[in-house]
Amino acid sequence: MKVSEIATLLDAKIICGEKHKDENIEKAFSSDLMSDVLRIDATNLLLMTGLSNLQTIRTAEMADIGYILFVRSKKVTPEMIKLACENEIVIMESPYSLFKASGVLYNAGINALY
Amino acid sequence: MQIKFAIEGGDFATAGCASSQVKKLLKQLNIDPSDIKKIVVALYEAEVNIVAHAYRGTITVQIDPQKIIIVLDDEGPGIADINLAMQEGYSTATSKVREMGFGAGMGLSNIKKNSDELNIESIVGKGTKLTITKFFATS
Ligand SMILES: Nc1ncnc2c1ncn2[C@@H]1O[C@H](COP(=O)(O)OP(=O)(O)O)[C@@H](O)[C@H]1O
Ligand SMILES: [Mg+2]
Repeated sequence: MKVSEIATLLDAKIICGEKHKDENIEKAFSSDLMSDVLRIDATNLLLMTGLSNLQTIRTAEMADIGYILFVRSKKVTPEMIKLACENEIVIMESPYSLFKASGVLYNAGINALY
Repeated sequence: MQIKFAIEGGDFATAGCASSQVKKLLKQLNIDPSDIKKIVVALYEAEVNIVAHAYRGTITVQIDPQKIIIVLDDEGPGIADINLAMQEGYSTATSKVREMGFGAGMGLSNIKKNSDELNIESIVGKGTKLTITKFFATS
């Protein structure tokens, strides 16, 4: 599913990485625990999280995660946007809860990792 | 090739900067992407450990044609029982560390998983030294 279609389904804004909106996402992982995200073998997935700080972006950078969705309209700071842009990471922001956002995407055919 | 970084304990704003620079360097050196991911995930967890648990430290990265050796040497409280610290779920992390998405006691085991060799030396009241070795995939 395209990044832009995911954004539409989740009523999300693309905060950074608009130029990647036609890229395809097949898998997603929802977690607020970065140590757990760092154990994932898969790359190029969508990380859905309520944890919004610089270490979320750093974790995505190290784990080769190209897309992050922040739920419940968590605020994204300019430093986070800068770091995400430098690393070509797409950031989206949705008003949905982590539970609802995960359910909507699962229903729409996005695959779970485990 | 050898590079060195200084790390400040408690400084979560810059945690991961060293790992990020090492990642960029390994990319320039055309190291296999799956090796890069393993190396920087291990390094990042170890870098976060200095920030989370120690007062200050240094990271020395030695890159040879076949392998990378990363030494993380810190001044800090040290680890009294290394076997216990290695166990998944064991953590003495503060709530501040947990707010950053760490502190679940999964760091050291993941460092081990992603490296070929992991050596930990620690003196209580002085500090901890981690040596991480990873051999590059041969193409
Ligand atoms: N550099 C260090 N200095 C002192 N203690 C450490 C260090 N690294 C790890 N530890 C100890 O080992 C425990 C487990 O570490 P780790 O597996 O990375 O989990 P976490 O950092 O999430 O607590 C820590 O909670 C801490 O007690
Ligand atoms: Mg840790």
